[in-house]
Amino acid sequence: MRLAAEDIVSGYGEMEILHGVSVRIEPGEIVSVIGPNGAGKSTLMKAVFGLLHIKAGRVLLDGSDITGLPPQEVVRRGLSYVPQSDNIFPSLTIRENLEMGAYIRREGIEAKANEVLSLFPDLVDRQGERAGKLSGGQRQMLALARALMLDPQVLLLDEPMASLSPKMAEQIFAKILDINASGVSILLVEQNTRDALRLCHRGYVLATGRNALEGRGQDLLEDEEVGKLYLGA
Amino acid sequence: MAIAEPIADVWVQARDRVRNIGGTLGGPALWLVFAAITLCALIYRTDQFVVGIVIGSILALGAVGLTLIYGVLKFAHFAHGDSMMLAAYIAFFFLSGRVVGTRTDAHLPWSLDDLPGATTPILDFSFGYGLLLAIPLAAVVTAGLFLILERLVYRPLRERGSGLAIFAVASLGIAISLRSLMLMFWGSSPRFYVPGIRPTTDLPFGVRIVTDQLFIFGAAIVLAAVVYILLFRTRLGKAMRAMADNPDLARVAGIDTDAVIRWTWVIGGILVAIAGSLLALQAQLKPELGFILLLPLFAATILGGIGSPQGAFFGAMIVGIAQEVAVSLGFLSPGYKFSVAFVILILILLLRPRGLFGAKA
Repeated sequence: MRLAAEDIVSGYGEMEILHGVSVRIEPGEIVSVIGPNGAGKSTLMKAVFGLLHIKAGRVLLDGSDITGLPPQEVVRRGLSYVPQSDNIFPSLTIRENLEMGAYIRREGIEAKANEVLSLFPDLVDRQGERAGKLSGGQRQMLALARALMLDPQVLLLDEPMASLSPKMAEQIFAKILDINASGVSILLVEQNTRDALRLCHRGYVLATGRNALEGRGQDLLEDEEVGKLYLGA
Repeated sequence: MAIAEPIADVWVQARDRVRNIGGTLGGPALWLVFAAITLCALIYRTDQFVVGIVIGSILALGAVGLTLIYGVLKFAHFAHGDSMMLAAYIAFFFLSGRVVGTRTDAHLPWSLDDLPGATTPILDFSFGYGLLLAIPLAAVVTAGLFLILERLVYRPLRERGSGLAIFAVASLGIAISLRSLMLMFWGSSPRFYVPGIRPTTDLPFGVRIVTDQLFIFGAAIVLAAVVYILLFRTRLGKAMRAMADNPDLARVAGIDTDAVIRWTWVIGGILVAIAGSLLALQAQLKPELGFILLLPLFAATILGGIGSPQGAFFGAMIVGIAQEVAVSLGFLSPGYKFSVAFVILILILLLRPRGLFGAKA
């Protein structure tokens, strides 16, 4: 088991959003978390990553407890997180964005940046440009690239395909599969339920801050209840 | 409210119209306007232009620190001016060993001026190497003071999730405390690093300036270059810019944001100390001078686009020149010099609130 969140209770200040959510990710897996707005999908990610206070429950990465560690420590242990929006530094150049992704790394940044960029050909020729000039899809690519700079074991992706054109979303979709194929486990939160379930090995359905359903992506796609509630079938 | 509404309408329309002018002119056009005014000032008021550059240099060092603190910490540091003056007094203290006593000044048994030849003027400047030692010492003390204030005041406020206004008022309180400290230790009468008449230098085109002013200008240019290299070439500088861009993402990327904040205070403190000492060298040491300076500092910062160090530098030069030249035109008494900064501040807020270098909102 690579990453496990067990009975997480968390939220913003006094407001409790998660009332005991559990997810686990095996090595090499893509796991998606789906559910309606307000179910606590993004909150779960922020809590796992150490951005929110966890009131109860624990987070394990490769068996060691990382509950409540600050983000810079979580990053050091091999977890990377791509927020849904505002996930690049617009006034920094593309190259500098990647350097910031590897801030805690002291050596080999140059080589790593080149290696990561080879995954994203669109960005290679524009390394010296300000990231704020990029299009929506390219920003998402850069955000992914930034998160890969520390060779994470697990990547947390919060709606990477939101507000992208179908064509661009398809490209991001393919990149996520590439990244996974290179050995990175992925936890994915998506509004686009059909894509998410098509992409993932296993999926969790959250409802009002609790686990509702769990199963293989394909099974959930064919599940009658999921179909009715989230796929508009 | 039947009467008030038409008035409000007129006001809103007028405001929108002014904003439109700003929008239409845009950054480049405003730049041209400022460049044209600066050029006229250079040709017709060369003496004041040169003095303005010197004042602008001092403002620039202050404004760059102010804008860095704003960028990384996201609040207006109202103690900046008073910190500058306090740092100048600290340099004075290291230099002369003097504090105010019961009747006359009390002296420390030893100070930098007692070093052999420390007061012998370097080149044509008025000061000896004693001052060049005192300023770095003051910089260390100021940076340390900022770190203590960060630990005791700003960090607890941040952890409590305090709003912008709380931070601003806290820094205002610190400003008042610092001024009281200056009054307590050094009294209210003006003091000088070096007593007596200061040597002058003749520049081309018949301009004569106090030689120390060349040092002030040179120091400002060198420091501005150092800050630029720091921000754009070093890991710490890039992290500072990243935090100014997006503090949440900076945390997500694994940047130790508390450490970056501490370094920002250190750099701000060093800039404050040098700017304050140069101000005291140019003018004098007087406790209330720091607070008065706050207005041109903020005018320069906002003119350049708050958060932009390059903007703060050029903004400070423009404010410095505008102040000196406006006084020389005859309709403004020198006592009202700082009102020029106010006028610039209001104009830029009306025409282009994000400033000359500022990013789009």
